[in-house]
Order: sequence, then structure tokens, then C-alpha cells
Amino acid sequence: MTLFEKIWDKHVVKTIDGGPSVFYIDTHFIHEVTSPQAFNGLNARGIKVFRPKQVVATADHNVPTLNQHLPIKEELSRLQVEALKKNCAEHGIELYGLGHPYQGIVHVIGPELGFTQPGMTMVCGDSHTSTHGAFGSIAFGIGTSEVEMVLATQCLMQSKPKLMRINVEGTLNEGVVSKDIVLYILSKISASGATGYAVEFAGSAIRALSMEARMTICNMSIEMGARCGMIAPDETTFEYVKGRKFAPQGKEWEEKLAYWKTLYTDKDAKFDAEVNIDAADIEPMITYGTNPGMGVGVTGHVPALNEIDEKEKPSFQKAIGYMGLEAGANIKGTKVDYVFIGSCTNSRIEDLRMVASFVKGKHKAKDVEVWIVPGSKQVEKQAIEEGIDKIFEEAGFMLRQPGCSACLGMNEDKIPAGKYCISTSNRNFEGRQGPNARTFLASPLTAALAAITGEVGDIREELKFKSQN
Amino acid sequence: MSKQINIVTSTAVPLNIENVDTDQIIPARFLKATSRDGFGKNLFRDWRYEQDDETKPKKDFVLNDPTYKGTILVAAKNFGCGSSREHAAWAIKDAGYDVVVSSFFADIFKNNALNNFLLPVTTSEEFLQKIFTAVESDPATEIEVNLPEQVIRIKSTGEQESFDINSYKKTCLLNGYDDIDFLLSIKPEIEQFEKDPIH
Ligand code: SF4
Repeated sequence: MTLFEKIWDKHVVKTIDGGPSVFYIDTHFIHEVTSPQAFNGLNARGIKVFRPKQVVATADHNVPTLNQHLPIKEELSRLQVEALKKNCAEHGIELYGLGHPYQGIVHVIGPELGFTQPGMTMVCGDSHTSTHGAFGSIAFGIGTSEVEMVLATQCLMQSKPKLMRINVEGTLNEGVVSKDIVLYILSKISASGATGYAVEFAGSAIRALSMEARMTICNMSIEMGARCGMIAPDETTFEYVKGRKFAPQGKEWEEKLAYWKTLYTDKDAKFDAEVNIDAADIEPMITYGTNPGMGVGVTGHVPALNEIDEKEKPSFQKAIGYMGLEAGANIKGTKVDYVFIGSCTNSRIEDLRMVASFVKGKHKAKDVEVWIVPGSKQVEKQAIEEGIDKIFEEAGFMLRQPGCSACLGMNEDKIPAGKYCISTSNRNFEGRQGPNARTFLASPLTAALAAITGEVGDIREELKFKSQN
Repeated sequence: MSKQINIVTSTAVPLNIENVDTDQIIPARFLKATSRDGFGKNLFRDWRYEQDDETKPKKDFVLNDPTYKGTILVAAKNFGCGSSREHAAWAIKDAGYDVVVSSFFADIFKNNALNNFLLPVTTSEEFLQKIFTAVESDPATEIEVNLPEQVIRIKSTGEQESFDINSYKKTCLLNGYDDIDFLLSIKPEIEQFEKDPIH
């Protein structure tokens, strides 16, 4: 059996003839944007949340990232945050909202508080729920009607997806990090390459990664169209979960651990599709277009017209037109105006440490604005304890407060029209970071380099230079 | 909102663009409502208007072209990719569509559409091109989507193709009931399931 099947089978309540299965959900994360209509639906039906203890709530998508102690200025945002507070209170759900020491982006706080554990099924009204699959769980995004279903019954109607395994074998080059792995895979299989599949990431390069780095990869599995992404749990996983606030303790820990150790894909298990990647082929990556599959190595170029399939030409031209780039042009050396280091893809403490270790003693380029938005209050606190905030301050970076921020530009953190932003988030869609904003997706290291030089560069040259001195 | 779907016959609006993501269908800045209604007016907002200004419609965008009307939206492949926001399905339904046709839908979008009585019809790439050709050369062309028979037909030429839909979902759409109604009806089984040792 595959890892996916082992977990799936344990969560099927029943299967309808010729139809989907009734699928049981262990943990349900909710936030202010995709839950209000679901609660309205429950109220209209006159029912209560079925298992409030299995629901975890936070406010993240819409919250300001400056002056969080003040009332939210924007009225509609405030109404959503207030609706969440009221709904949680009425239904007995624990809320880690603004002002709470555990508040943060839902996919950052779940793992950091130990809610996310191997073998679980987890959902949230947010597509990047796939992040939690890094622990060897089935985790996926759902729509608001489904949020209502899970609130009402702790179940969903689900059809079993096809299974794909992506093997990344070998050792990564210096300067190449997990974000580059996932952008590389996307550039190879495209933004719809895994549609309809549950993807397991495997291979020696994946096993060598930390939990934070694994989360970055599973986070972006949705960008390939996958239903979910997952990585088999191992010692790295157990070590990370152990001792966290809501992780099992004592005897329960021992029992769970014994079960978790059975969660791996058996040798003879079959996948519907397999992709093999050699880690040594991966360069620091950057996107040039308007979907995350439109990426190249930083030393590469925007595809020339003759490299594009005839049928794809109109959408390709539309994308580079939006980005203000020429077909065939080099990307290295392109000027950037904003640097955004944040989002559930890359806002964990490890990401901030990576950025800090590179920028220490350096200063940002003159015309670049740099926003660092930690994923949670705990990440922020840790960064301050380690003195990372000082390094950022000296570099001229702005350390803001936790939230989704410029990842989707729902609050006031928007990139102005026509400006270029190098971003550690997961989506470069038209208008994602603000109307007509132009996004380059990259790793925290590549983003940090751009903050210092004001343009897209190759972090490997910097690192080489450093090791020679 | 019509909660039942049976046979839909209508002219169609051809949105011949690939990889339409949910951020285009409904930009994030319009997700701040706490009810499900009223999203239709911001459908494809940034493609519809210059500088976010409702008094400045972009002439070359198909939804602004009065030649094309109807309750069937026809889109090029990989429609609805990106965010899981159900607001995308609400906006399309709220704008008056009952059916979206494409050769490929993103998973979550498809589920969301079905949960909102918006029927996603997946055709072959070839048949999709036939629809585009027929509708673009004559905007009065009618398309018939027959859910009971699972067939989509170009009425003027008689060309047709069958489409797949999960039989459970089909029953839901034909009868106008949803997953929650069903799940609530089997609650005792769910409670029994929870007694299993892994829970
Ligand atoms: S950071 Fe971005 S991708 Fe992640 S949950 Fe928030 S909005 Fe979604």
C-alpha cells in the first residue's frame, strides 16, 4: 500500500455505490475569510458545530501587519474578524485570533503548536492546507460549502484521487533550497501537471530536508494542481512534533509513535504516475510569468517565442506582456522594487534565519522596499529573541506583524500597479499582490539577495565569493 | 439561485483563455463579504474594467460584448486553478450562469461548482474548439446541456459529445439537494465510526 492509501482507508466511514466516500476529518482549521458563510449556513439549518474541539481557528488573511493592537481600520476586514470571533464563541471553538500569543497564518501555527501530526486528515478553507502533508498526513483545501459540511458532520464527500510519486534523488547544490526544488518541479510538470493526483514527495533529497523545508514543498503541491502533497514521516518529523503544545504526551505519545512508524509506502506499492528528478540539476529558481509553473533557473531566460508551443503562444504572450518582460530576455539583472519575505510558504523561523545570515552586516538597495512578515507570533518572538530583528533593522528591512499580508493583498499590504516584487510566496497570478502588481516567485535566499542588490541575481556567485574570502 | 439542474439550453459566452485562475474570476480584495450573494458584479473584475473603474469597461473583453449572452460560460482549458475560494463559483453563479464548459477543470473549483448547483461540463479539447468556432462565428448558436442524458450538443450543427459526472452528484443536482443534507442523515454512522481506536 502507499502512504496515502494507509491513511485514506482508516478514514473512510462508508462508500456510496458508484460515488464518493464519506471521509472523516480529524482536524479542521478555519479562518475569517472562508468561514462566515459556512456558519451562516449552519445557523440557517439550526444546527451546532458537531465536534468543536477538532476545530482550530485563527485570523490571518485579512489582518493588518502593523499596529495589530489597534482596531482594524478597514471596515469589511474588521467585520470578518468580528464575525469569526462571534462564531467561535457561539460554537465553543478555540480562537487564536489577533492579540493571542499563538496567532499567525493557519498553516504556520498548525504545525508549530503540534496540531499537525502524522496519519491525520486535515482540511481548511484554503488551498495551501497541503502544507500539513509534510508530516505524512492527508491535508487539503476545501471550499466554503465543504467547510460547512465539516463543521456540521466532521465529514466530507470525497472521491479517491489518483496517486503520483515525485522522487528527488541526490544532493542539492549550494544556494539551492527547498523552494527551488518545488519551483523546479513546477517548471517541469506545469501548473496543472498533477491535477487530480495526491502527490507523495520521496527520495534522498527530500528525506534530507528539515520539516520547515518539507512544508515549503508540500505547500506548493497545490500549484501543480494536486489534491494534496505528502512526505512519509521519519525521525525528523517525530523530533519536530515531540514536546509541542498540543502533541500527544507520555503513554499516548508512545502509542501514536508506534502507529506513525507504520506510515510509509510499501516497496511493492503502485502509483498511477511517477516523476524522477535529479537534485543536482536544480538551480536557484525564479518565475517570469503569471502562474507558478512559468519558472526558470536564475541564469536562464524568458522562453523565446520559438521555444513555445503554438497553442500556448497567446497565453504566454499575455503573461509576459503583463509582466513587462521580453520573450528571450535574461532574467538576471531585472530590477525589483519590492521584496516580500513571508506567506505560509516561507515565513517560518528557519526562513528568517536563512535571510538574516545572508544579510547580516549588509544594507538594502536604495530604491527597494523590503517587507518581512513572520508567519506567526511565535516566529516573531523567536526572531526577536535571536536578535534577527536587529539584523533586519540595520539592513533597512521592515519587520511587520504576522499575517498573510502581500501574499494575496487582501489587507493594505499591496504592491503598487506596475511594480516588480520578488516574493517568497506561492502565487504570481495577475493582480495577486495588488492590481497590476508583477510578481517574481523565488526562495528566501534569492529574495534576500535582490533586497541587497536591487535586482534579480544568482545567490551562488555571492556564496562562492564569500567562501573565497 | 436555482438549486436544480436538468436540461440547460442557451446561447453561450466564449471565454477563450487558458489557465483562468480564481484570482481572475474574483480578485481577493472582493472576498470580504460575510454572505454568499452579490459576487457576480465583481466577476472577472480586473479583466472587465480599466483601472478598477466600473465606468470604464474594457471593450475587448468578452463579458463586455453585448453580442454574447446566455447561461453557459465556455472557457479554455484548466479553468478555475489556484485558490480554493468558493467565491469563484458563487460569482459565476451569481452572474447568471448555470453551466461552465471547459476541456479541463481544476479539482477544487469543480467541487465548489457542484456544491453550488453550477454544472461543470468537461469536454474533449476537440469538441471544445468546435463550440468556440460555432459560437464565435454565430453568437446566436444555442448549446444544449442535458444532464439526465449526460450529453452536450451544438444545436445548429447537431454535433454532440457525452460527458462524465459522478452518479451521486448527478442525483444531487437533479433533485436540488446537497452533501450536507446527506451527511446529516447518516450522523449515527459517523458517531459509530468515531469509536474506532484511531480516533
Ligand atoms: S499566506 Fe497566502 S497562501 Fe498562505 S494561507 Fe495566507 S493567503 Fe493563503
